[in-house]
Amino acid sequence: MTKLERTQEQQDYRQRALLHLGVAAFIIIAGMLAKGQFAWVAKYPRKWTIPLKNWIADFFEKLVYETKFFEGKAYEFVPTDVTRGFVSVMEYPLSFAENLFFKGFQDGAPMPWITFVGLAFILGHWVAGWRVSLIVGGAFLYLALFSVWQPSMDTFSLVIITVPFVFIIGLFLGIWISKSQRAEAVFTPMFDLMQSMPPFAYMVPIVVMYGIGDVPAMIATAVFAIPPVARCVALGLKTVPDNVVEAGKMMGASDRQMLWQVLVPTARKTIVVGLNQGIMQTLAMVVLASTIGASGLGSKLLNSLQKLNLGEALEQGLAIVVIAVALDRISAAYAARPPEYIDKSLSWVKRHPYLVIAGMFTIVSILLSFMFPALRVLPDEMTVTTAPMWNAGIDWVNANLYESVQGFRNFVLIDVLIPIKTFFLAIPWPTFVGLIALLGYRMGGWKLALIVTLLILFPLTVGLWKQTMITVYMIGTASLVCIILGFPIGLLASKSERASRVVILMCDFFQTFPSFIYLIPVIMLFKVSDISAIIAVLAFALVPMIRYTNLGLRNVPEGTREAAVQLGASPWQRLIKVELPIALPEIMLGINQVIFMALFMVAITALIGTQDLGNEINRAKSGNHTGKALVAGFCIAFLGIIADRIITAWTRERKSKLGLT
Amino acid sequence: MSSMQPNIKISCKHVWQLFGKNPKRFLQKHDYEPSFAQINEAGLIGAVRDVSFDVYEREILMIMGLSGSGKSTMLRCITQLLNPTAGEIIFDDVDLTKMPKKELMEVRRHKMGMVFQHFGLLPQRTVLENIAFPLEIQGIDQETRIKKARELVDVVGLTGRESYFPRELSGGQQQRVGIARSLAVEPDVWFLDEPFSALDPLIRKEMQDEFLRLQQMLHKSIVFVTHDFDEAVRLGDRIAIMKDGALVQIGTAEELVMSPADEYVEKFVTNAPRAKLISVRSVMGARLKTKPSASVNADAMLEDIAQQVMLSSKAHGVVDASGELVGSINKEQLVKVLF
Repeated sequence: MTKLERTQEQQDYRQRALLHLGVAAFIIIAGMLAKGQFAWVAKYPRKWTIPLKNWIADFFEKLVYETKFFEGKAYEFVPTDVTRGFVSVMEYPLSFAENLFFKGFQDGAPMPWITFVGLAFILGHWVAGWRVSLIVGGAFLYLALFSVWQPSMDTFSLVIITVPFVFIIGLFLGIWISKSQRAEAVFTPMFDLMQSMPPFAYMVPIVVMYGIGDVPAMIATAVFAIPPVARCVALGLKTVPDNVVEAGKMMGASDRQMLWQVLVPTARKTIVVGLNQGIMQTLAMVVLASTIGASGLGSKLLNSLQKLNLGEALEQGLAIVVIAVALDRISAAYAARPPEYIDKSLSWVKRHPYLVIAGMFTIVSILLSFMFPALRVLPDEMTVTTAPMWNAGIDWVNANLYESVQGFRNFVLIDVLIPIKTFFLAIPWPTFVGLIALLGYRMGGWKLALIVTLLILFPLTVGLWKQTMITVYMIGTASLVCIILGFPIGLLASKSERASRVVILMCDFFQTFPSFIYLIPVIMLFKVSDISAIIAVLAFALVPMIRYTNLGLRNVPEGTREAAVQLGASPWQRLIKVELPIALPEIMLGINQVIFMALFMVAITALIGTQDLGNEINRAKSGNHTGKALVAGFCIAFLGIIADRIITAWTRERKSKLGLT
Repeated sequence: MSSMQPNIKISCKHVWQLFGKNPKRFLQKHDYEPSFAQINEAGLIGAVRDVSFDVYEREILMIMGLSGSGKSTMLRCITQLLNPTAGEIIFDDVDLTKMPKKELMEVRRHKMGMVFQHFGLLPQRTVLENIAFPLEIQGIDQETRIKKARELVDVVGLTGRESYFPRELSGGQQQRVGIARSLAVEPDVWFLDEPFSALDPLIRKEMQDEFLRLQQMLHKSIVFVTHDFDEAVRLGDRIAIMKDGALVQIGTAEELVMSPADEYVEKFVTNAPRAKLISVRSVMGARLKTKPSASVNADAMLEDIAQQVMLSSKAHGVVDASGELVGSINKEQLVKVLF
C-alpha cells in the first residue's frame, strides 16, 4: 500500500504551523538570552514610560478646578455646575420612587408592603400566569418577611428609575447602529471597551465630576448597562426578515412608519430580551456602585463584609438574588409572551381586567393597612432573620474545617500558585509581546497582529507591566481551572436531559448572585491571598464554560451523530473524533466569556487585597486618582479585548471551515 | 387576447442589475454591452443583464427561471425594491427609476400590491390587522380599514379567522393573508414573488385555482415570478424565461412549445402538456382542394379535437371564428406534434 498522500492544503498548513512554531521558539530563546545581556529586556526602563495617568489626572484637575465658561460674565459657570445640576435634576424622580416605596412622602407613610407584594402577584399573573406570579410575588413576600424590606426597596427604587433611562438610550443607540454602518463602526469598539472595562475604573472620574451618592451610581450603572441593550436592539432590528421589510416598503411605508410600525414591533422579542439584560446589569451594578455611595442592599452588604459580619452579608446577598430572580423571570416571561387578541368592542373594564383588579386591590389594601399597621410596615418582631443561623454555620466551619483547609491552602499557594506567578513574572516583556503578536498573526493575519500588539504595548508603556502580568497569571490560572472543571460538567449535561436541567438551573442561580457574594465563603476559608481571589474568580466565571460546552455539544447535528453510531464508533471515539471538533468553536466562545468574567471579577477581588491591576484601581479609587484608575482600567479592558479578538478570529475561521455559518 | 395591440402597463427597457464594486462605471466603460465573461472577469455579479419586455394591461406575465436566474432580482428592479444599475422602468408613462422617493411611496401606496414567497406577515398582528396594515400606512381611519379588511378576509376564504395570529395559521392560510393584504389597496399592478413555492403540492394547486378565480374577478395587470414551468404554463398568459440574468425568450406557452429559442427552453417544454397548449392553427396544413366532410375550430386546443381527428381516416377541415375554411388537419400532423 502506498503512503497516505497529503493534499496540498494540508501540506501548506503543516508547513505554516512548523514555521510559526519555529518563530515562537526563536522569540522565547532570544528573549531568555537577551534578558541576561540587556537590562531593558529584563525590565522595561522607567524612563521609557509615558505618564499617561498624570496627563489624565491633570485633565480632570483642570476640568474640575480651573475651567470656567464665560469667565467674568454674570452667567459664568464651571463644568461641575453642569454635572451637579444634572445630579440634582435626577434626584427628583429618584426621591419620588424612594418616598413611594419606603421613605414615605413628607409626613405620610410609604406604600404598604402588602400592596406592593399583592401587585407583584397580579403583575406576574398578567404577564405569564400562575408560575411566574408565584415566583415574583413570593420573592417580594420573602423580602418583607426576612427583615430586608427597607434596603431592598431602596435598591429597587434605584433600579426602577435607572432602567427606563438605560432602556431608552439603549433603544435609540441600537436603532442608530442598525441603520448606519458608520455608527456601528464607532459604537461597537466603544461598547467593547465599556463592557470590558472594570466598573470601578470609570467610577473614579464619575465621582470626581458628579460626587458621591445615588445619582452618580446611576450614571455608572448606565455606562455598564447600556451596551447590552443597544446591542440587542440592533441585532433584533437587523434580523427582521427581508420579506417583512420589503412588504413594508411595497406598502409605501415612510421611514418613520417603517421603523415604528414594521421593524420595532417585529423585533419586539429580541428588544425585550435586551430590556431583560439591561435590568439584570443594572441590578448587578447598583450593588457594585455602593462603593460610590449607592444606598440599599449593596451598601449594607459591603458594610457587613467589611465588618466580617458574614451571616448578615449572606442574608443581604440572598435578598439581592431574590430581587434578581423576580425581575429576571418577569422580564424574560414578558419577552416570550405571545401577542394577545383584544376584542375592541368590549367595554373598557372587560378589556383591562388586570388593571381593574390591581386598582381595586390597591385601594382595599391601603384601607386595610390603616386599620392594621402591621400591613403597612411589618414590625420587627414579625420578621425572621437568618443571620444567627448563618453565623453559627460559619463558626462551625471555622472550628472544624479551618485546619484541613489551611493545609490545602498552603499547599496550593506554595507549590502551585507561587511558582506559576514567578514564571509569568520572569517572562521578558519582548518575549510576551512577540508571542502575542505571533498569535494574532496566526489567527487573523497582519491586521489582527497589529491590533493586539498595540493593545499589549499599552500596559508596558504606561508602566503597569508587573501588575498586568500578575493579572494575566490570575485570570490565566483561574480560566484554566474553569476549563478543566467546566468541561466535564458541560459534557455530562449534554448527555442527559435530567442532568442538563439541573445544571442549567444551577447556572441561572449562580449567575444572578451579586459578584460580592463570592467573596464571602472565600474570605471565610482562605483568608486574604491569591488563592482566595482565584477561587472567587473561579466561582463566578465557571458558568459560561459549562453553558457553552453543553450548548456546543448539543448543537452537533443529529445526522452526524447518528452516522458516527452507525459506523460503530465507541462513545469515546464519537466524542473525540466527531462531536468535539464540531462543538469546539462554541466551546471557545465559552472560554472567551470565562476570560471576560474573570477580568471583571479580578477587579472586584481587589477589595480583599491582591497585587494586580484590580488593586491598582482600588487604590486609585480611595485616592480619587482619575488617571491611575482609568489607565489600569484600560489595561484590564485591553487584556479582555486581546483575548476576545484572537478567539473570535479563530472561531470564525473554524466555523466557516466546518460550514457552520 | 384580442388581435388588437394591447395597452402597455409597464415597459422595462435595457434593465441591468450588477452587484459588486462600481457597477455603473463598469457599464459605461463597456458601452452598456459587456459580455458575460467580461462581467465575471471584473469580479461583478450580473444578476440582471440587459432585460427588456413589456407587461400588458390585464395580462398575467410569468417570469420563469431556475434559482439564480435573476427572476426575483428583475421583479425587484420593476418594483424599485432594488434600484437597477441601468435601464428604465416605465410605469404608466413615468420612469420609476428616476422618480423621487416621496412620489414612489405614493405609487406603491396606491398602485402596487406584492405577495412574497415567505409571506412577510407581521407576527404581532392578527389576520385582520395584517390585511388592514397597508391602509393604516396610508393613514385611512380605523373603521374604514377594518371594514375593507373584513371584505378581503371573505374574498380569500379566511372568514372566522380574523383574530388569529400568523403563527396560528398553516402556510397556505398565511399566504391567503398575504394575498388579501396585497389587494387591500386595490392596486393596478399585482406582483407575486414565488407566492406558492413554499407550500405543499396539494395546497399549491388549490392556491393556483384560487389565484385564477381572483384574477377573473379583478383583472389586474400581473407580474408573477416562479421557478415551476408547469405553474407558469397553468397560470400565465405569457411567459418570460430567464437564464443567468438574461431574458432567453418571451411568448405564450404555445409559442415556446412550438418554437423554443434554444436548448435551454426546449428542456423545459419537452415535458409540457402539449395537447393542452397547442392550438389547431399552429399545426394545420394547407386548405384541401375538396370540401372536407367534417371540420374543427382553428382556435381549439389539440386536446379538444384529438379524439375526433385520430378516429377519422380522413383529414378534417379547419375553420376560423367566422366559419371560413382556413386549413386542414390530419392524423399524421397531430402525431408528429404531440409525440
